[in-house]
Amino acid sequence: MTDTVLSDPTNPDGRAPTDSLGNAITVPDSDDVTVVTAADGSRWELVCGLEVHAELATATKMFSGAPNHFGDDPNTNVDPVTLGLPGTLPVVNQKAVELAVRFGCAVGGPQSVRRSVFSRKNYFYPDMPKNFQISQYDQPIVVAGELELPSGHVVGIERAHLEEDTGKSTHVGGAGRITGADHSLVDYNRAGVPLLEIVSRPHVRSTEQARQYVAELRSILVACGISDGKMEEGSMRVDANVSVRREGSQELRTRCEIKNLNSLRSLGRAIEHEATRQADLHAAGQKVVQETRHWDEAQGVTGTMRSKEEADDYRYFPEPDLVPVDPSPEWIAEIAAALPMLPAARRARLAEATGEPRTAESVVVVVDRAQDDQAISALAHLARLAEVGGDPSAASTLAALADDDVDGLSGPDAGARAAAAPDAAKARVLVHVTQNLAGEGGADLAPVRLAELVALEVAGELTATQAKQVLAELVADPEATAAGVAAAKGFEAMDTGALEAAVDAAIAGNPAEWEQYRTGDPKVRGKLTGFFVGQIMKATKGQADGKAATALLTQKATD
Amino acid sequence: MSTRITSDDVAHVAQLARLELDPAQVELFTGQLAAILEHAEDVEALDLADVAPTSHPYPLVNVLRPDEVGATLPNAEALAAAPQAEGGRFRVPTILGEAP
Amino acid sequence: MSAAEAGSADTAVRIAAAVRAGERSAVDVLEAHLARIDGGEAEVHAFNTVTVDAARAAAAAIDERVAAGEDPGPLAGVPIAIKDNLCTRGVATTCSSKILEGWVPPYDATVVERVWASGAVPVGKTNLDEFAMGSSTENSAFGPTRNPRDLTKVPGGSSGGSAAAVAGGFSAISLGSDTGGSIRQPAAFCGVVGVKPTYGLVSRYGLVAFASSLDQVGPFATTVADAALLLEAIAGHDPADATSIPQEAPKLVEHLDDGVAGLRVGVVTELTGEGISPDVLARVREAADALAAAGATVEEVSVPAVAYGLSAYYLIAPAEASSNLARFDGVRYGLRVDAPTTNEMMVASRTAGFGDEVKRRIMLGTYALSAGYYDAFYGQAQKVRTLICRDFDAAYERFDVLLSPTTPTTAFDLGAIADPLTMYLNDICTIPTNLAGHPAMSVPFGTGQDGLPVGVQVLAPALGEQAMFRTAAALEAAAPRTTGASK
Repeated sequence: MTDTVLSDPTNPDGRAPTDSLGNAITVPDSDDVTVVTAADGSRWELVCGLEVHAELATATKMFSGAPNHFGDDPNTNVDPVTLGLPGTLPVVNQKAVELAVRFGCAVGGPQSVRRSVFSRKNYFYPDMPKNFQISQYDQPIVVAGELELPSGHVVGIERAHLEEDTGKSTHVGGAGRITGADHSLVDYNRAGVPLLEIVSRPHVRSTEQARQYVAELRSILVACGISDGKMEEGSMRVDANVSVRREGSQELRTRCEIKNLNSLRSLGRAIEHEATRQADLHAAGQKVVQETRHWDEAQGVTGTMRSKEEADDYRYFPEPDLVPVDPSPEWIAEIAAALPMLPAARRARLAEATGEPRTAESVVVVVDRAQDDQAISALAHLARLAEVGGDPSAASTLAALADDDVDGLSGPDAGARAAAAPDAAKARVLVHVTQNLAGEGGADLAPVRLAELVALEVAGELTATQAKQVLAELVADPEATAAGVAAAKGFEAMDTGALEAAVDAAIAGNPAEWEQYRTGDPKVRGKLTGFFVGQIMKATKGQADGKAATALLTQKATD
Repeated sequence: MSTRITSDDVAHVAQLARLELDPAQVELFTGQLAAILEHAEDVEALDLADVAPTSHPYPLVNVLRPDEVGATLPNAEALAAAPQAEGGRFRVPTILGEAP
Repeated sequence: MSAAEAGSADTAVRIAAAVRAGERSAVDVLEAHLARIDGGEAEVHAFNTVTVDAARAAAAAIDERVAAGEDPGPLAGVPIAIKDNLCTRGVATTCSSKILEGWVPPYDATVVERVWASGAVPVGKTNLDEFAMGSSTENSAFGPTRNPRDLTKVPGGSSGGSAAAVAGGFSAISLGSDTGGSIRQPAAFCGVVGVKPTYGLVSRYGLVAFASSLDQVGPFATTVADAALLLEAIAGHDPADATSIPQEAPKLVEHLDDGVAGLRVGVVTELTGEGISPDVLARVREAADALAAAGATVEEVSVPAVAYGLSAYYLIAPAEASSNLARFDGVRYGLRVDAPTTNEMMVASRTAGFGDEVKRRIMLGTYALSAGYYDAFYGQAQKVRTLICRDFDAAYERFDVLLSPTTPTTAFDLGAIADPLTMYLNDICTIPTNLAGHPAMSVPFGTGQDGLPVGVQVLAPALGEQAMFRTAAALEAAAPRTTGASK
């Protein structure tokens, strides 16, 4: 937790509101602001900042060579340093520093990485072997940054600093909860695991933004190899700093920190509940006490964690056993140069390639699943096919084109080429990647094979239903080709005459429905379109093109 | 800054430091700490606004260790000195309250 | 007995040379020391643990290696005592505190590994003021150590046991730790050589921390040459200590006889005035004259900021200690006093486990770091440290080494000083070098009016050990011969 001074109209302290690094606190407007209604009907808007603790993907601990590994037998990933044995000393893990620098470069660029100093945060708790935590206090390694959410809202990053994790207590008796337990058992395997604490500015204005922020942060951490981001294993833990203000005002009021938010679901619920609690207090003229509160998922409420006399006095001072960490500009530049493309940039690239908006759900989902390269490369192949006017039904056309060693069919330049693919191809590729390649193995399908399938589809040689079936075969059998599977399944495009015969048969077999279709309003007609296409598909064993059949139905109704 | 440590301060500090002092010890420590702090007033009185602090006598920077796994203690050795252990873990009495 | 009588044949240099040459057996050397322990330890109480069996096994192994034609190392067969705040694998390490009574570390301190690797023979773990907090070794939970020169006197502290072990002839050399004078002051009181090396020259890994930015491990010996030999064995970079200096340690032994001709020696004005007893001052003047006679240029030099040393020290050291000693809570090791909740258990264990001086410093340090006081106390003291470094730097532009008394007086009676602040004033000459991170050593130089040893302190800039040892060797050669007979 980092200390922030807030101005509260009900509790003015006379100081300008600044954050832990002395920067002015700003709260951005947004078209998505969560507003809660207090008991008296007054309306209050949310002001929220998030603190995310991410366990770093190192082999060893922050300050010793004991393994950083989840799920092992208790107290086996410990060495004298981990247990805080008398006489032991910490030494900083270079990889942990590198990952922190990577994060800084990702969200704030090289200039956001600074000379940093470790401090001791002193408090007694049995899961902390030394009864102090080595953390970074007034000189964190990352001092600025920002994160663009899929919605387009931008959340500022105040700081990110390195620290060590604590051990874990298990409570025996009292149903495993801390209150009412008979005694507790402590495992120090997690103690000393490197953590990056990432503190956002109070720029989160809605519960949806809070969820998006955490999801986006997780994507960045995973994409950059900084953390495995597994919330369920506790490698990503979220605390929320929540305050409210009168709707439309610019005031900053006292905030509370909510801990124990273990899922995106509890995050939104807890923030909304806490905002309402505070709104009720303000509306009733009562004071919100700055404190740490604990989210009780089962009860759906937040509760105070400590009495006031146990007020925080962490007695921070510079860790005398460690020296400052001051990454050289050369090292920072090297790390920045090796960064992968980040989710926001990838969404922009995919949006450009497909012509969809950056905020489109398909774009967000595909990037989230890291299948944007697959989609873009498939489109690049399709663009190439259109360029040379190849025959899509020749099984090896695309593979042969790819063998031409043409630039931009995959990799960084593929996006520009992909944008030139036919619009029909763009739509089909997005549908396949979003829906039909979401399952196991889907992401591994080579883009060129996907492109071959879509080429057949766009050329009218496969219906959407057939394409879906072929795609499943392609995923299951790495040797299969789209044209080969289609032929083997007997999928041949129906000629217009055969289709028309099938449509006529459906009409003749269902005269009452046809009458309703012919005379009904668009709503009725829409409903019955589904019915007739279903009949036609059944009769043709799915070989009919749904779109073409619909067009024929419409034509016959108006004849 | 002139500071005079009071017995209330001493009692509060004892709580922070997880020590229990009886009233006589509180009085004794209050007097002794006051005397030591009084001796330190010469330092408090210096105007050092422009002086940088020295936290390390020998200035070093970027002392980092490679991320390589080293030796660990077997569980039995880790617990060898534990006042109480159970199921491979350190056993403690009831914990009141979550970690801060 | 006396060091002179016990030690003349038993310097580490002579023992190691004879053992390596196969002229003396390590076992014989050890038995002679064990016999002296048998004779004197009951009165002196230098040790918390005497490791007779381990010592005999180690000595026999050394002899076997020599017989096999191997070289066991520069400290071959030399009996050594280890301060009981240095971790020794398999041997209890208590810091003379009830809270760690019986704790057996699963690892060796780096310095301990290095002395074993050099062929030294471990005779035991020596008594200290609890967690090295004190100047008399009276603050030990296991009873005080007495000064072998005069059993009514304290040996100094906190490394009183290590100083007494060497002065009493129980071991040829020993290791201590020095945070504000804890090696040099007892060395002076017991009439032996004691060295606080440059901060970072010797690894702190495995030294139970008192004040991390001040602590340094160093040698005790009867001669300057022995101290140099031991320091060479333990000095040098250790990757397990992030404050360890990553460069080669200075060569000492080969330069001991280089002499002081042309060396510039400054006598520190602020440490040779008020508060220093006249007989101690007289010895320091004689020491300065002796250096001048040996060809050094000697002048007075002012290092004004050392006047603030004691105040700064008693803000910084307790602050760091309050945090370092937080880990003693009854959860993972050490004393536990049962109580219904973990918090009450921690309070009860710490309250029962720590002695008064430790509690006093934890209280002082917690207060100095607590909300609202950091800037006035710890922060301000760290700035004073900068002033002290600057003033020393200025002095070392003109001088190679500095000279002062090690202590204001000779050894005092057991129980004579009850007031904490009066006790702290004992360290007034030694503290400034800890704050600056510089090396300093105490060399015996005659006696006071009471016939007890006087120590002269030689100070040097960071990594200036070579000039410091040359100066010490010159002082040793010029020192008045004392009988040093114990009472």
